[in-house]
Amino acid sequence: MLLLSQGLRREATLLLQDAPEVVVQKLIAGRHDPLPAAWLDTLRRIRGVSSARGRLWGYYYDPAIKANYTLMVAPERGLAADEIVVGAALARIRQIGVGDYLSLRAADGRPLSLHIVGVLDSASELLGADLLLLSETGFRQLFQLPPEVYTDAVLTVRNPREASTVAGKIALALPASRPILRAEILRTYDAVFHWREGMVFVALGSLLLAFLILAWDKAAGLSAEEKREIGILKAIGWETGDILRMKLWEGTLLSLTAFLVGYLLAWWQVFHGGARLFAPVLKGWAVLYPDFRLTPAVDLQQILVLLAVTVLPYIVATLIPGWRAAIIDPDAAMRG
Amino acid sequence: MIALHEVSKVFNQGQPNECRALREVSLRLERGGITVFKGPSGSGKTTLLTLIGCLARPTAGRITLDGRLLSNLPERFLTEVRRHTFGFVFQQFNLIRGLTVLDNVMLPAYPLGKPHRELRDGARALLDRFGLGAKADSRVEWLSGGEAQRTALARALINDPAVLIADEPTANLDSALSREVLALLGELATQGRTVLISSHDPLVFEAVQVDRIIELHDGRMVGDSRC
Ligand SMILES: Nc1ncnc2c1ncn2[C@@H]1O[C@H](COP(=O)(O)OP(=O)(O)OP(=O)(O)O)[C@@H](O)[C@H]1O
Ligand SMILES: [Mg+2]
Repeated sequence: MLLLSQGLRREATLLLQDAPEVVVQKLIAGRHDPLPAAWLDTLRRIRGVSSARGRLWGYYYDPAIKANYTLMVAPERGLAADEIVVGAALARIRQIGVGDYLSLRAADGRPLSLHIVGVLDSASELLGADLLLLSETGFRQLFQLPPEVYTDAVLTVRNPREASTVAGKIALALPASRPILRAEILRTYDAVFHWREGMVFVALGSLLLAFLILAWDKAAGLSAEEKREIGILKAIGWETGDILRMKLWEGTLLSLTAFLVGYLLAWWQVFHGGARLFAPVLKGWAVLYPDFRLTPAVDLQQILVLLAVTVLPYIVATLIPGWRAAIIDPDAAMRG
Repeated sequence: MIALHEVSKVFNQGQPNECRALREVSLRLERGGITVFKGPSGSGKTTLLTLIGCLARPTAGRITLDGRLLSNLPERFLTEVRRHTFGFVFQQFNLIRGLTVLDNVMLPAYPLGKPHRELRDGARALLDRFGLGAKADSRVEWLSGGEAQRTALARALINDPAVLIADEPTANLDSALSREVLALLGELATQGRTVLISSHDPLVFEAVQVDRIIELHDGRMVGDSRC
């Protein structure tokens, strides 16, 4: 589970590395509202801003597959009004490809038939799986959006280190705006993953507790057979220390093996099995699950934490009763 | 070489269930030969053997080994003496289940830290000598009574002890197997090892290999005869 969110976090961080420096949204009553085109000029005049561009994006619910698409206008692709490019997962689920037509229902109820001219490659599928790229004309037609508004605006800043100063000036010049810095987006992603991780953690926490109790119970209670064996070892010349060393080895070997097997299984299920167990919780509510392969991310500190909560208690749990038994008198072996 | 001077052992001293297992026993045991401790059940045979073998300490009295006083040695030194001087064969064999015959025989040698190869070769040689070579790699739970007893004997000898202590070594064997074990013990005694046995089996104290019989009753020594 730690592996999965580690992988997700890394993926998101990588993707957002080339996200715009500052995003500006318009707020009305605390909610995101279309941004007037006139704002772009105001933004361009602010010192430190090198460029400002209006973006158009949104979501579209497809009742056919009961999933949300993310729609974006991609001016750099030079698409015609009826041309689109779709994400790999979307293409897979709708079983469509280049040359096919995808029909969407426009905001005024009329069907809009769009020609697929490309499929996004699946390298960065995690965030682009349900993506649908289209032209500005197509977008405005679909959502019946007037020409003089944008979803939000992206700015490039001359000096990235001054981004927060620029954000301050924007908030002053356009009081109804909300400037968002890239660093903040990264942090939000991190927070979201942490939060979901937390949810699963609570669920798994009880599981872990049950495991600990079981392990303790298994390790702490020495059977009569084991006590007899320790008595024999003492009688034939083993010292308390020798017996403890053996118990320590036994406990370490057993729990390390278990840990390794567990970790490898987890690794395999996250990075090869698609994390079928926990992915729904961690990846969230997008119904179109991307068929993604996370780049394996291993954190030494995480391994140590896992070791500390699983292996150490087991070893301690084996040592204490071992010690209690190892100090029994060796003559016990002489008596049945 | 081993001398006991007015040795007593009291269990649960000062409590209502106090038990005087041995009362002022004094004796000298020379090197070599088989000495049998005989007596009815509860007479203190096992208790005496545990005291001689440094498995427990006497409540009163002194025990010396080659002139060295053992009764006041700290636990660690006592273990040290036990490892190098005594080998034990227990009444119930006390082999460790789940391990092979070979592993069981090698157990007492592990804390000494000898090279593993040397150890294994020594253990195999012992097993061959007792006719158990073919059983070396089988698990001890499958052994017959006689095989288990010989395995226990091999284990007692792995560290080449000067003294072999066997508590009722024939209690779980039929008379044929008992004679076999006595023959083995006699062989060891003639090679210069000191063999101490407890028994209430007439077959044992009538055996030709026995050199000395010490009789116990209610924790007291009541007889000492050489054959
Ligand atoms: N750990 C102990 N605690 C209390 N009493 C004990 C303990 N060990 C032995 N005894 C008592 O000491 C006495 C002598 O016991 P011991 O085992 O030496 O007899 P034994 O001659 O070996 O008898 P057996 O022939 O039945 O083996 C017995 O009365 C026994 O109950
Ligand atoms: Mg006894």
